[in-house]
Amino acid sequence: MLKTLTQFLSSLRLTVVLLACAIAVVFFGTLGQTSDGLYVAQQRYFRSWFSYWTPHDATFPWIPLPGGYLVGTLLLANLTVAHVTRFKWSWNKSGIFMTHIGIILLLVGQLLTDMLARESVMSFREGESRNYSESSMDFELAFLQDSGSNQLDQVIAFPANLIKSGTELQHPLLPFSIRVREAFENATVRVRGPMVDSNRPPASTQGAGRSMIIESSAAKRGMDDRNVPGSVLEMIDGGRSMGTWLGSGILRAQQIETASGTWRMELRPVREYKPFALTLIKTTHEVYPGTEKPKNFQSRVRIQNLDSREDREVDIYMNNPLRYSGYTFFQFQMGREQLEQGGRGTSALQVVQNPSWIAPYLGCIIVGLGLLVQFGIHLGKFISRRKA
Amino acid sequence: MKRWFPPLLTVVFVLWILSALMPKKESSYSINGFGRLPVVFNGRVQPVDSLARNSLTQIREKDTANLEPWKSWYQAPKILSATEWLLTVMTRPEVADGWKVFRLDHPELKALLKLPEADPTRNEDGKHFAWAQFGESGFKLIEDEHRRIRETKKDASQRTTFDSAILEAHEALTLYLRLKNTVHPQDTAEFGREIGDYTRAVPAGVTAFRNRMIGSGVVETNALTALFDFAERYFVTVRMDTPLLIPPASGGEVGEWSRMGEALLDSSVGAPLLRHLMHRDPKEALAPERVSALIGSAGTRPLNPAVPLWAKMADAFRLEQSVEFNQAVATYTGYLQSLRLDRALSKASSEQAFNRFAPFSKAAAIYIVAFLFGCGFWFNFAEWSRRTSLQLVLLAFVVHTVGLIFRMWLEGRPPVTNLYSSAIFIGWGAVGLGLILEGFWKNAIGLAVATVIGFATQVVAHNLALSGDTMVMMEAVLDTNFWLATHVVIVTLGYASTFVAGFLAILYVILGVGTRVLTSTMGRSMARMVYGILCFATLFSFVGTVLGGIWADQSWGRFWGWDPKENGALIIVLWNALILHARWGGMVKERGIMNLAIVGNVVTCWSWFGTNLLGIGLHSYGFMSGAFTALMVFVATQAILIGLGSLPQSMWRSFRGLKS
Repeated sequence: MLKTLTQFLSSLRLTVVLLACAIAVVFFGTLGQTSDGLYVAQQRYFRSWFSYWTPHDATFPWIPLPGGYLVGTLLLANLTVAHVTRFKWSWNKSGIFMTHIGIILLLVGQLLTDMLARESVMSFREGESRNYSESSMDFELAFLQDSGSNQLDQVIAFPANLIKSGTELQHPLLPFSIRVREAFENATVRVRGPMVDSNRPPASTQGAGRSMIIESSAAKRGMDDRNVPGSVLEMIDGGRSMGTWLGSGILRAQQIETASGTWRMELRPVREYKPFALTLIKTTHEVYPGTEKPKNFQSRVRIQNLDSREDREVDIYMNNPLRYSGYTFFQFQMGREQLEQGGRGTSALQVVQNPSWIAPYLGCIIVGLGLLVQFGIHLGKFISRRKA
Repeated sequence: MKRWFPPLLTVVFVLWILSALMPKKESSYSINGFGRLPVVFNGRVQPVDSLARNSLTQIREKDTANLEPWKSWYQAPKILSATEWLLTVMTRPEVADGWKVFRLDHPELKALLKLPEADPTRNEDGKHFAWAQFGESGFKLIEDEHRRIRETKKDASQRTTFDSAILEAHEALTLYLRLKNTVHPQDTAEFGREIGDYTRAVPAGVTAFRNRMIGSGVVETNALTALFDFAERYFVTVRMDTPLLIPPASGGEVGEWSRMGEALLDSSVGAPLLRHLMHRDPKEALAPERVSALIGSAGTRPLNPAVPLWAKMADAFRLEQSVEFNQAVATYTGYLQSLRLDRALSKASSEQAFNRFAPFSKAAAIYIVAFLFGCGFWFNFAEWSRRTSLQLVLLAFVVHTVGLIFRMWLEGRPPVTNLYSSAIFIGWGAVGLGLILEGFWKNAIGLAVATVIGFATQVVAHNLALSGDTMVMMEAVLDTNFWLATHVVIVTLGYASTFVAGFLAILYVILGVGTRVLTSTMGRSMARMVYGILCFATLFSFVGTVLGGIWADQSWGRFWGWDPKENGALIIVLWNALILHARWGGMVKERGIMNLAIVGNVVTCWSWFGTNLLGIGLHSYGFMSGAFTALMVFVATQAILIGLGSLPQSMWRSFRGLKS
């Protein structure tokens, strides 16, 4: 039984079938992006064990597919078992060994990246400083209490996925509890029109929502699209309702008065604080003459780290990121209109933390060398045979 | 004879190539000298010659202007060079408007514009039409349709062939309008005199304008109107995004060149201020202090000296004074030299030489001839036939290589920068590999594959060039020679080698099924070739794909983002690996490998073109309906070939004798 299993797992036939499966997954995963958008397609085809592909109009039957995880795991198993049981080392096969080790490194590296890498965005205007970056996908419901100085706010944050209709949120430091009346994954919030909306009540009884309307919108799926969550929240202090507030990703902080002081409430992108701060000094945006085609985006930033007493300026531009203390900062977006009006430019930096970033570099070198060695051996043999 | 034939034919082709390098004999006008002048368009310095050829290619799919398209070639229709056509468009638009240079094929589009059917007796060929035949009203119709399509069919895949025809026609007509207004507004009678009138109207006009703007002093309405009649005319041409003709009076950088209209307005109120005043587009809004600075400095700058020099050239050509025209071209060239614009001048003149050289289409022509001689070898096994083919391929390869290097030097870039140059480079790589194979086996197989791919990629490149300039500048994120030289070059070599393996397989199937040429030795050696090439295809496509990932990691921190183009390249790697493993596992034999290698063609085409057509991702160039059809036809042919390759051996002509 074990023998048949190892034979199966180490067979070249399995390799060929798995490679064919991998091709199918990648192909349909690419097609799927046209209807699902990049993010959803990735989750569905590549970060899954099983999936299926449905054409746009869906009159065809579905095509069942293995997921990326399944194919990757089996390929890894196939490769490892084959090496343990079947392969015998010889110099003639050194290239194949190297290639396979490199492939294992790439597969494992990609899996680690998948689990460990974190992406966020740091955006600011010229002159502003940031010691945190913001998630581009996830929001949090934050309650802040001013404690006088700007730096040491009391912050209590609930991740957005806890905000579901009907739930009640509590925190020992928060003098009130929050009952979620309504919650939308993607919501449109707008000013309540005096005539058109006369038969619709305002979104909330307190705060900015008193003059606004909230509506659910279809969730967005594209790579650059972003959902803006919205919710109606009722604050309850000792069983007594304090009224409802509108929570929305597009609203600024709103005040909540309690007996013990004033709190500010904000539904904002999840923040990740850093042990250092970046200040945007200058933005540069160049286009080719007579066209709108971008030639260069560049941000000059100042790094200030109190711990290491570091204080220096660097330029971040396309293909020239800043790698600093485990983070990499890439030039991402730039506000151009303001620049032309002589106002302050804005810049957004993509912030990536990926401890396994080195794996593909090593993997590429090892596989490249391995293939070169192996095919070089083939070629050498071939030439000497022809000469003979 | 058989000994002398191969070198003799090669020498004939060498002479043909050299003859193209010599400038053609000119009419009394110095068209070549004019074509060599530098202008800035598409963000780069280029000779007028390139602007003319690229524009004409976009308008009529050829880089010459046939003024009598209804005539057959033996009737010697009058053909103008692109530069002479452009010169006429720019300076005598009413003449150029009567020339049938707009290639319009779609029947519905022709019906919309009420264009006549083919009728040689009335000088109509049914394909080429003159601006005068549809005029402003026809352009208006196309503009309306264009707006409808842009508003209702944002997703390119919803568009019909009629819609695509409208979009193309709109682009061609808009380009033509821009060209007509490049040197001066299209209704100018005599530009030199107009500039004189304008210059005289400036001082009083600017004073009136300034008084009006700050609300003090006397506003002389007549002076103001006189100035603004001119200013509006010039401003219209600026808004059209015409090519940049005028270098800064101090020499200076490419980024400081301006349009004719801007240069004219610069001596009075200035284009930025006019933009601000006339079009209250938030994008063009200016800060108040900047507005007052512009008002303050209005009328203080002298007219750029290049403006009257261009006027001299334009007026001389318009009035058909060849001596004055040639003089004016020489004067302007001298003026540019005095500005120390040596780099722009030498770049423009080199690019003009490159255009005339046309190395890639020449190489393509030689590849066809070489292919015929290569085929000849299989049927009579005459070594002279193979040698002729080999020498011609070597010659064409040299021309191809020189062309590539010339282009790289002109652009200051590695060989592959866009889809067009990838086609040229795939052809080059495939021919190189084919020559290596030929060196080993000497059985004309390598030559056949080299010539077929060399020619086919040239056809693809020619079609890609129809959309205009092939040397456009790189977007910020692509502006890195290191990654273009490594990732892009290696992955393109991966495409080239996969194609070589696939075309070897096609040859195997065609020769095997259709002829008796394929002996068992030949079959075995072809299987060897395919295997060897696939090994290197795997190496190139793997390293190229992973380097792409590393580039992505360097530029936005994501090694693998499942972008369609990345995925396409990954599929090539996986497919090549699959073939190799299937062979090592003994799952496929000679014919099996051949069939799998033909599938490799489809896989590579998907990665090269198909992924761009999806309209998503970082490498998307929008939906090209022509490319989609071509891709589908190619896939269908490959499917047929695989069907042939899967026929039982008894039905293969080459193997039939073996069985019995």
